[in-house]
Amino acid sequence: MAEKYIVIDTSICTACRGCQTACKQWNNLAAEVTENRGSYENPPDLSRSTYTKILFNEMEKDGGIKWYFGQKRCMHCADAGCAKACPVPGAIVRDSNGAVLINQAVCTGCKYCVFGCPFDIPRYDSANAEGAGVDKAYKCTMCFDRQSMGMEPACTKTCPTGALSFASKSKLAAITASAKEKGLTVYDGGPLGTGVVFLLEDSPSAYGLPAKPAIPTPTYLWRTVMKPVGVAAFAVGILAAIYHLVAIGVKEVDEEPGPPQGGGPSGPPSFGGEGGDY
Amino acid sequence: MTNHWIDIRNSDVVLISGSNAAENHPISFKWVAKAMENGAKLISVDPRFTRTSSKADIFAAIRSGTDIAWLGGMIKYILDNELYHKDYVKLYTNAPFILNSSFKTPGDLDGVFSGYDPKNRKYDKSSWAYTKDANGVIKKDPSMKDPMCVLQQLKKHFSRYTLDKVSAICGTSKDSLLEVYKAYATTGKPDRTGTIMYAMGWTQHTVGTQNIRTMAIIQLLLGNIGMSGGGVNALRGESNVQGSTDHCLLFHILPGYLATPSASLSSLDKYLEAKTPKTKEPYSANWWQNYPKYMASLLRAHFGMSADLNTQYNWMPKLDDGQNASWLMLFDQMYNGKFTGFFAWGQNPACSGSNAGKVREALKKLDWMVNVNLFDNETGSFWRGPGMNPAEIKTEVFLLPCAMSFEKEGSITNSGRWAQWRYAAAKPPAPADVDIINELQFKVRKLYEEQGGVYPDPILNLAWDYGPKGPDGKVRHMNTHLVAKEINGYFLEDKEIKGTLYKKGDLVPSFAFLQADGSTSSGNWLYSQSYNAGGNNMARRGKSDPTGTGLYNGWSWCWPVNRRIIYNRASVDEYGKPWAPHKPVIYWNGKKWVGDVPDGGWPPLRKPDGTWNESTKLAYIMKPVGVAHIFGPGRAEGPFPEHYEPLECPLEKNLMNPQRINPVAKIFTGKMDVFLNCDDRYPIVATTYRVTEHWQTGILSRWLPWQAEMMPANFVEISEELAKEKGIRNGNKVVVSSARGKVDAVAIVTKRFKPFDVAGTTVHQVGLPWAFGWATTKEYDVKANGKAYTNPTYGDSSNLLTPTVGDANTMIPETKAFMVNVQKKS
Repeated sequence: MAEKYIVIDTSICTACRGCQTACKQWNNLAAEVTENRGSYENPPDLSRSTYTKILFNEMEKDGGIKWYFGQKRCMHCADAGCAKACPVPGAIVRDSNGAVLINQAVCTGCKYCVFGCPFDIPRYDSANAEGAGVDKAYKCTMCFDRQSMGMEPACTKTCPTGALSFASKSKLAAITASAKEKGLTVYDGGPLGTGVVFLLEDSPSAYGLPAKPAIPTPTYLWRTVMKPVGVAAFAVGILAAIYHLVAIGVKEVDEEPGPPQGGGPSGPPSFGGEGGDY
Repeated sequence: MTNHWIDIRNSDVVLISGSNAAENHPISFKWVAKAMENGAKLISVDPRFTRTSSKADIFAAIRSGTDIAWLGGMIKYILDNELYHKDYVKLYTNAPFILNSSFKTPGDLDGVFSGYDPKNRKYDKSSWAYTKDANGVIKKDPSMKDPMCVLQQLKKHFSRYTLDKVSAICGTSKDSLLEVYKAYATTGKPDRTGTIMYAMGWTQHTVGTQNIRTMAIIQLLLGNIGMSGGGVNALRGESNVQGSTDHCLLFHILPGYLATPSASLSSLDKYLEAKTPKTKEPYSANWWQNYPKYMASLLRAHFGMSADLNTQYNWMPKLDDGQNASWLMLFDQMYNGKFTGFFAWGQNPACSGSNAGKVREALKKLDWMVNVNLFDNETGSFWRGPGMNPAEIKTEVFLLPCAMSFEKEGSITNSGRWAQWRYAAAKPPAPADVDIINELQFKVRKLYEEQGGVYPDPILNLAWDYGPKGPDGKVRHMNTHLVAKEINGYFLEDKEIKGTLYKKGDLVPSFAFLQADGSTSSGNWLYSQSYNAGGNNMARRGKSDPTGTGLYNGWSWCWPVNRRIIYNRASVDEYGKPWAPHKPVIYWNGKKWVGDVPDGGWPPLRKPDGTWNESTKLAYIMKPVGVAHIFGPGRAEGPFPEHYEPLECPLEKNLMNPQRINPVAKIFTGKMDVFLNCDDRYPIVATTYRVTEHWQTGILSRWLPWQAEMMPANFVEISEELAKEKGIRNGNKVVVSSARGKVDAVAIVTKRFKPFDVAGTTVHQVGLPWAFGWATTKEYDVKANGKAYTNPTYGDSSNLLTPTVGDANTMIPETKAFMVNVQKKS
C-alpha cells in the first residue's frame, strides 16, 4: 500500500510541461531528437530517456472545444502488473513510500514488465543513454532518491499551478473529497490502487487512460497460477519461457544481459522497508 | 501592473485577452487557479483556443486586430444596462467633466475626431478640452447628465458599437459576445472585482495604446482600479522588463519616467517649466508637481556635485525637437545608412524585430556591431545567414560574452513592481565575468581625457563611485549595492527635515525627502526607499500577510514606497470605507489609513458628518486633474478609442467608419516597408505568439536540448477548414508567406482555430510562434561546444513576415495582425 501519492488535478494543469523538463533534469535524461508531427506533444513516446510526458488531446464537445492534458507516467500501482510479471527476484521492488522501482542492477531486460503493465509504461531498451548495451527496462522512479532525502518528486516540486502535488495518505483523502465536490472524477486505478491519482474533468479515455485498467491475463495467470509453482530456479526458467511465448512471442535477438548500470541519480536504488520481491 | 501577481487570486472575474498567461506566464496561473477555486470565472478572448482557453469558463474567438470593437461593445453594454459603479465613476473619474462644445467624435466626422489634419496625419488637440470657469477650474456636472459631459459623450461615441456591428467586425457570434459582457459586467457591483491580464496581444497593434485605453475605461466604469482583484495588469514578457522600463530603457524617458530633454529646452528652468504639470483643481495632489525635486536629484546622481544644476542639465543628451528614436525608427535609419555602429545588448533583432528581413539588411549597412550575448545568434551572425554573401558585407562583428542574470547579484523588478534582490546563483564563466559597462566607461573616459573630443564634459564629470579603484583609476569590481544605494539617493549636505537632522552621506528615507535645490541625489525617484537606513529593502523576505489579502508587504520592496496596489484610495467610498469590505486594500480608522500604503495620507473626501474634508486630496494623485481619465486627451489618435483596422487586413473598408486604419499611425514608405491589403495573394489573417517551451527569439531556449526536444520546429496553426481548402495535412511542411518574406513551418491542423464569419464573408486566420531562427537549423552546421548540436530546430523567424508599422503613441510594431498565405512545401 502506498504511503505517498502523486495527485494530478487535470482541471488546473496548463500543459506547461515543467514536469516533463524537471523529470529529465533530475534524472539526467538526454533530450531526444524530435520533430513536430502536427502537435505540441513531444517526444513521441516514453523511452529510456523520457519517463513522463504530457499528452495533448483536443476535441469538440457540447458545441465547444476541449483541450485535455493527460500525463503518461508510471502509476505506481499497489497491485503492480510489472512486478507480477517480473521473473527475476528483486528486479522490480517497492520502496517504503510505495514507489514501484525497477532495480536495474538486477533487471535482465526480459520485457515481461512491459507487457504486464496495464498502463503501457515501462520501456525496454537494449542500450543506455551512453549507447552501452545494457538490456534494461526504464520508467519513472517517483524520485525515490529525492524522497529518501526528504524532498518531493521533481515533477510535483516544479508544477507552477499546483496541478501536480505530492500527498500523504491522509492529505489525499482530503484532496479527493474536495475534488468530488467540484465534480471531478477520482481515478485511482480501482483495484490496482495506483500511487498516482488523477482528478479528471472528463472520461479517462480523454486523458489517455484506460477506463478499466487491469493486469493483462497472461501476466495474471503467470503470477497467480504458474509462478508460485515454480519455486525451483529451473522451473522459473521454463515457465518464464512459456510466459514469454504466450505474452510476447519469440524474441528476435537474444542478447546477453549487459553490466548493471551504475552511478548517477538513476543508478541502483538502495531500498528501505519492504525491499525485494513482494 | 497596477496590482500584483498574488492579487489575481482576489478576482471574481479574470479576463485574459491579448495574452496567453497559461503558456507565457505559467506561474501566474497559480493565482488564476486560486481565484477559480474561490469561485471566480475565467474568460479567455483570443483568435485561437489556447492552453489558457482550455482552463476558461468562457471562450470567445475574435479576429486579430479587432479588440477595440469587442471591448467597445462591452462599454456600450455596461452603459446601456447601467451596470457601472456610479459612485466610483462620479468620485474618481473625469466622467462628470464638461467638454468643449467644439469637440466632435468619429461618428460625427467620418471616422476622425475634431482637429484632424489629413495632410500631416496629425491632430490639433485643442478641441479635446474641458470647459473651465473664471478661475480656470474645470466645469463638472455631478449628475453626469449634461450632454457635453464625458459620460454622455462616451455613451454617444460607443452607441455605434452595437452587437450586430461588433459581431460583424470581430467575426464573433453575438451570443459569445453577450456571454463575455454579462460575466465581466458583474464586477460593476461595488464589492466585486474583475482583473485583466494582457500582454503583447493587445499592445503590438497600430491601435495598441487605445486597446489598453478601452480596457482602462471599462475598469474605471466598473470601479475595478485600486481594488483587490482588480486593476489593469500588463504581464511583462521578461522577468525584468518592468525594471528596465522604470530605469529608462526607452528613448523618450529618463529613470523614473522623467522626460528626455529636447534641444529647444535649453535650460533646466525651461525644461521644468515645460514638464512640471500644473493644476487649478482645488483638491488635486498633482504629485508630479515634485518634478523639479526628482530631476535635480537625478542630475546629482549622474554628475555628483561637479557643477551647478543647470550646467549638469546641459550635459544631458538631448533629442531633437519631435525626434522619434524608437525601435522601428532606429532600424529604418540604420537601413538608410545613418548609423556606423550598433551595440546589441542581450537582444536578437534579426529575429525579434518586425519585418526582420529589413532588420537583417540594415545590419549590413553598419561598419561595426557589438553583440553582447550568452550565445551567438542570428544578429551577430547575420552575415552568414540565409541570402547573405559574407564577401559583400563590411560589418565587423564583435561578440562579447556576458553573464546571465542569475550569475550576477542585483535586483529585478517583476510585473507587479516588486524590486526583488537576488544573489548570484553561480559564477559566470571567466570571459563573461566582466562588467562591460564599467570597462567601456573607463576606456571612453580615458580617450576623452587623453584626446579631448567635441564635448568631453558629460563624460569627464560622470560620477562613477561604484567601488575601490585600481592605480589606473578603474573601478576594480562594480559593487551592485553602491549602484542600488545611488538609485535610492543620498543627502549631499546636512539637512534638517521635520525636526530630524540628516547628515551628508546619509541615504534618503524615501522620495518625499528629495530636494529641488541639489542637496539630494537619487538615480530614480520611484525607487527611493528601496535601500535606506533600514537596509536593502529589496532583500526583505518577510512572509507575513497581515491584511490577509496577499499583500505580503514585508517581502521584497515595491515601488512606489512599497505600495502594493496603486490608486488604492479609490478602493473606498467618500468616508474611507472599502467598497469591498471582505477584501479591503485600505480603510480609514478615523485617524489614519490602515492596510496597504495609501496614495498619500490625506483623510477621506468627507468627514463622518457628511461635510467635505478641506484637507483631503483626490485619489488619482498622478493626474493633474486628480481623477482618472475616461476621457484621455493626451493620446495621439483621440481621447476615446475608436476601431480602426490593422495596416493589413482582409477588409476593403472599416465597418465602423470610413477611415480604414489608424489615421495617425506612422507609415513607412521604404523599399522594404511593403504591405498589401485585401490582396488575393495574401488572403489569410495571421498573428504571432510565444510558446511556454521557448523564450523570446529562442536564443536562451533553442540551445537547451530539453526545450528544443519539446518544441523542435516553427509551426503554423491552421483550422481544419483552411487545411482542407489548401490540401494541407497535419504535420505537413508548409511555407508561410507575406508581402515581406516567407518562413518554413510545420502545419498543426487544429480545431482550435476556426474560420471567422466577418460580415458574411469567411475569413481564415493562422498563427505562428516567433521563437525560431536559422542559426540553430541543420542547414547552418550548428555546433555546441565544438560538436554538432544534438537538437537542431526547424524554420526561421516568423518576424520575416511581420510589417514595419507602429502604434501612433508608442511605435510598438504591429506584429499581432497581418496578412499571409500558407502553401504546402513542394
